[in-house]
Amino acid sequence: MQNAAMNIEDKGGDQLVLHVGPQHPGSGHFRIIVTVDGDYIVGAKPDPGYVHRGAEKMAEYRDYIQNIPHLERPVIIDATGVTLPYVLTAEKIIDVEAPDRAQYIRMIMAELNRIISHLYWLGIYGIFLGHSTMFMWPMGDRELFIDLAESIGGTRVTFSYVVPGGVRNDMPTNFKERALKTFDYFEKRIEEYKKIFFNNPLMSARTEGIGTMDKKDAIRLGITGSNLRACGIDSDTRKDETYCLYDRVDFEIPTRKEGDSYARCIVRLEELQQSMNIMKQVFDLIEPGPIKQVIGGVMRGEPGEAFVRTEAARGTMFYHIVSDGEKNPYRVKISVPSFRNLIGMTHLLVGSRLADMPAIYWSLDYWPVEADR
Amino acid sequence: MPSNLDTENQLVKSLTDQFKNKIKTEYVKHNRIKISTNQDNLKSLATSVKELGFEQVISHGGTDYPDNNVFRIEYHIICVSKKKLRSIMFSIMTEISKDTPEIETLIDIFPSAEFHEQETYENFGITFTGHPRMEKLLLPEDWDDIPPLRKDYILPGRG
Amino acid sequence: MVNDPTLNLLVGKASDILDNTLEKNVREPIRFLVNWGRLYSLWPVHLETACCSIEFGAASGPRHDVERFGMLEAFGSLRQCDVLVVQGTVTRKMAPRMKWVYEQMPEPKWVIAMGACAISGGLYMDSYNVLQGVDKIVPVDVYIPGCPPRPETLIQGIIELQNKIRKSKV
Ligand code: SF4
Repeated sequence: MQNAAMNIEDKGGDQLVLHVGPQHPGSGHFRIIVTVDGDYIVGAKPDPGYVHRGAEKMAEYRDYIQNIPHLERPVIIDATGVTLPYVLTAEKIIDVEAPDRAQYIRMIMAELNRIISHLYWLGIYGIFLGHSTMFMWPMGDRELFIDLAESIGGTRVTFSYVVPGGVRNDMPTNFKERALKTFDYFEKRIEEYKKIFFNNPLMSARTEGIGTMDKKDAIRLGITGSNLRACGIDSDTRKDETYCLYDRVDFEIPTRKEGDSYARCIVRLEELQQSMNIMKQVFDLIEPGPIKQVIGGVMRGEPGEAFVRTEAARGTMFYHIVSDGEKNPYRVKISVPSFRNLIGMTHLLVGSRLADMPAIYWSLDYWPVEADR
Repeated sequence: MPSNLDTENQLVKSLTDQFKNKIKTEYVKHNRIKISTNQDNLKSLATSVKELGFEQVISHGGTDYPDNNVFRIEYHIICVSKKKLRSIMFSIMTEISKDTPEIETLIDIFPSAEFHEQETYENFGITFTGHPRMEKLLLPEDWDDIPPLRKDYILPGRG
Repeated sequence: MVNDPTLNLLVGKASDILDNTLEKNVREPIRFLVNWGRLYSLWPVHLETACCSIEFGAASGPRHDVERFGMLEAFGSLRQCDVLVVQGTVTRKMAPRMKWVYEQMPEPKWVIAMGACAISGGLYMDSYNVLQGVDKIVPVDVYIPGCPPRPETLIQGIIELQNKIRKSKV
């Protein structure tokens, strides 16, 4: 607040300070304080923390299993994306490894969750560009994937499905057929999405060339995930440092050169297809076997530390767990992609028009709950 | 798992050549390097790490060790543009005394650390000198208790 | 000025007085008419407080479609809203803002506490930054349990709220 007020004095009086959020249809649980000069944004200061629940501190009071549900909540749309790295880190500390079948099921869940999350984002992006159909369609199709995930994980969104040593339960037997049927349907839908939204001149007018991020800036500022790939860098943790069994499947990393809002959208749309391709391959690779390495008694780690990163829906998710040999972790540090993309938002907003703000803001797929933890 | 540590050892060697005994290699594992140094050398170490090609701070955080009366501060740095270095995560670490929790900021070397450092500031009360915005980020504006991630802060209801 | 909290109170009082002074046989039809008008056009405030908001979003989607029950989509201005759905955790930073939002809404208004967090702190019962139950700062009409509640549960909560409105005063 004070900073923003100072900006006005510095730049000579013609400016206005706007508080966008936290109660604003276009902001979510987040506030950004923008200084506008006429129609142009000259200063942007994010004010996150409206959903800060202290997950890192709470994790020090719970043991490795009890930590799973509350660490899942920050990214409830991408529940497996956020619990998987935690579990992988915990596994390193407790020194267990999940059997192959469990790893494959984890991959299926992670990819399903990526689709669920991307579709939610697409719906929200649609409505904030004033395109109601693009809210309804992805939201409707998302339910199909939620059904699939629910048949494995048991609940709609909060599965707490991945546990140290494996996964909680096996897949239903007819899962492959159901999934393939859904994929067939959804592949056709992607074409329709393109027709109605992505190739729509109104949509491209609002997003092409808007919020362009330079490749150098993206690296310098620490942008991650699809936002980084839209700037022409084919970095994806699934390939860079493979975890689970991602090295056994073959998939592409969609990239774009432009780095604008449209590129970010298209990258995410193509990732939907890639996720389905991964799952199809996994269905062929997966073999019957145990799904869990049972750990007797309370899980206790060796004193030491471990850090793991994985590719969640929004980018690289990073966990650092320090253990002192007790049943609770000594320190859990979570570095979430949204939090790291936040700095990019400030960078992109300055210099753009106020009317482009929703187009830029939502194109970064910023999820405030995740950023605040 | 390939356990060839060539790249990792090379990287560490180039640093030890430069810094001699000012730095200490904590461990070199597959894809993980951790180097510790003292507070004064952290900045020059970070500069050298950046010259090696590591360009983004993926995570930065602190840990409180009340027994030794220190805060451990770590920066985890990755590379996204060079294929060869992408799989490696480079951690640099230093310890500062809890009595004078002050350290120079690294945001002029790694701008990506800006919000991370702000978060460490509010969670541990560590001041980063040279950081333009040492103010609350996630915590409420009226937070007047001790910083929450210190070990002597006990959660309400758990005391 | 219409949204001034004091004026709001005044409107509330006025309807109380009206309700008390009217004869029973006049009061009942008026009540019915007024409440019937309110029932099926509930405008929720767009105030997301935490992760329950995705199930709120899913409920407006085509599969669950709360609009068929008379709950509109959350894209209106505060000045036309009459339901505040507290979508999950309210943190210490959000609490004063939520209270302002509540105060700015015109009478009559209702509050739904959605999710375990909004009811009692839920999963975050020992967190340092979470308000343990929103009923400490705003009066709650309907509690919807779950973490997060399924959209069907949300719909049931809305129907419960409508039942409550049906019986309320003018
Ligand atoms: S009740 Fe559960 S889903 Fe809802 S806000 Fe709380 S933690 Fe999130």
